[in-house]
Amino acid sequence: MEDLLRRYGMGLSLTFVGLTAFWLLVLVILPDFKLLESSFRPYLPVLEVGGPKDVYSLNNYRQIFGNTVDFGNFGLHFMIGARVKVFVLTIVYSAFVAFVTFVLAYPLAYYLAKVVSPRSVPTLFLLLFVPLWVSEVLRSFAWYIILTLKGPLNMLLMSLGVISKEIRWIEGYSPVVITLVYTYVLFMVFPLYNAMQSLDSNQIEAAEDLGAPWWRIHWRVILPHAKPGIASGAVMVFMLSAGSLLVPAILGSTTGNWFTQTIQGIMLEGQDWNTGAAFAFMLLIVCTLAVSVAMWIFRVKLSDIAK
Amino acid sequence: MQNNRKLLGHIYMTVFLLYLLIPLLVMSGAAFNNSKLPTVIPWKGFTDQWFIAMWNDTRIWSALRNTVLVAIAVVVIAVPVGTAGAILVNSVGGRIRGVLYGMMVAPILIPGVVIGISTLLFWNQFSVSSGLHLSVLGQVSYIASFVMLLVLARLQSFDQGLEEAALDLGASHAQVMRRILLPHLYPALGAGAAIAFFQSIENFNVTLFTRGNADTLTVYVFSKVRSGITPTINALALLLILFTLGFAIWFELNRRRRARVESAREAEGRRAADAELA
Repeated sequence: MEDLLRRYGMGLSLTFVGLTAFWLLVLVILPDFKLLESSFRPYLPVLEVGGPKDVYSLNNYRQIFGNTVDFGNFGLHFMIGARVKVFVLTIVYSAFVAFVTFVLAYPLAYYLAKVVSPRSVPTLFLLLFVPLWVSEVLRSFAWYIILTLKGPLNMLLMSLGVISKEIRWIEGYSPVVITLVYTYVLFMVFPLYNAMQSLDSNQIEAAEDLGAPWWRIHWRVILPHAKPGIASGAVMVFMLSAGSLLVPAILGSTTGNWFTQTIQGIMLEGQDWNTGAAFAFMLLIVCTLAVSVAMWIFRVKLSDIAK
Repeated sequence: MQNNRKLLGHIYMTVFLLYLLIPLLVMSGAAFNNSKLPTVIPWKGFTDQWFIAMWNDTRIWSALRNTVLVAIAVVVIAVPVGTAGAILVNSVGGRIRGVLYGMMVAPILIPGVVIGISTLLFWNQFSVSSGLHLSVLGQVSYIASFVMLLVLARLQSFDQGLEEAALDLGASHAQVMRRILLPHLYPALGAGAAIAFFQSIENFNVTLFTRGNADTLTVYVFSKVRSGITPTINALALLLILFTLGFAIWFELNRRRRARVESAREAEGRRAADAELA
């Protein structure tokens, strides 16, 4: 701190501190506290706000247990709130999306880091970046076109004779998962590539010379080295998927709801900001837990994840 | 064996690129199809009517203007804020550094829905109504983190001795900032501004909850896709893709030119050093 003063003087130092304080306090911390505080308050007409009915309670959080439905997945049947079901499925499918992107991205990251000549890497990266820069809403829309009942995918499969009748793709969670994978797979490729690139190729050669089969080299040498990249990619993909609203809103059907859609419905259609706050806070908790779990499993620091 | 694996890699890379690009091609192709629905099958003949329809859609243009204004505002706020944060983190040590860094990185990991709702609720208690100004504040809260990370990385390669030398020679604090620190940070500031701009254009979640009645391009496209879809959106999509592509090519050419200049300079430096030794 004295260092800062000595270098930049009082005026500039205060400016730095002031700008940072504005960012962290006014834009991040205080709004999140307000979110938490609002989530315990009831949804009241304007006149009654601050009145005797305006007391803290957990009622907003209890609303997640409303509308019970039969939950029949995995061969088990039990009664569960429709919102709880959506909440749980959102987490499960987001984790699944993270897993699929890892499987798709791993060979590509390995190829970019260790196989292809380093000279062509920037050009390949550019080719990869172009779809990433095209906005998410358009990428979801592209998949909507592809997956429609009379769309190109069904026509292609039918002309190849793979299927004899159109498949209804936009049903349940599969279109959401397909599009989320497409949209976020690059967020897995880049951290994996970064991690693998720092591995000394001599280690791979040494393992080869000592007679290790290729799968063991990956399992014992490359995979352990890529751990921070896996953690970073998995966290990013999971968070982006669980927090995505565009993709499920465009590709979801009544049988494939996402938790963010529940929040959106309460906030914008129901105008019940307090319950919306409670549900948003639950989403925040899930994401915080996901980061903590990833940091614990992969034994990495926050600075390894945020790159 | 080795070559086989290399071939397999090339094939996988190609397939992967096709996987990424084909959906965009399909979407662009539908912009030219003379069909009321956005699709490439069945192909009903070539038309440019969707581009004309897009040109006449005034809401697209006002949405575009809003998007650009919001993005500029985000750049103007997020770059100084993120830079200040990076300088601050860089000048403290120990536990405070860890805590500060954690708080600055955390916004990247907060879902956009949460940022949008918390911003809306926070400003609403001061009777600030929703609108694009709130979208700007919400977006800055996490986009400043990206700027901070870029500037912090650049600061690692900064020789603080330069600042001390300048101070010893009688430079003022403002001069040190303007003539020594900022020039070193320029590449990071430029990259930060570009990322902030693109992140802002892309943003949907924060904007949706804070925008009030104003449209940004993403929100408008979204509402179009949800309600009556017409291939107008495909026409817009094609233009946006071409814009992205143009930017990417410009970026790549720029990078190559810089790399050439840099390697030439390095060679020059080596020659000079050799001459000195001899």
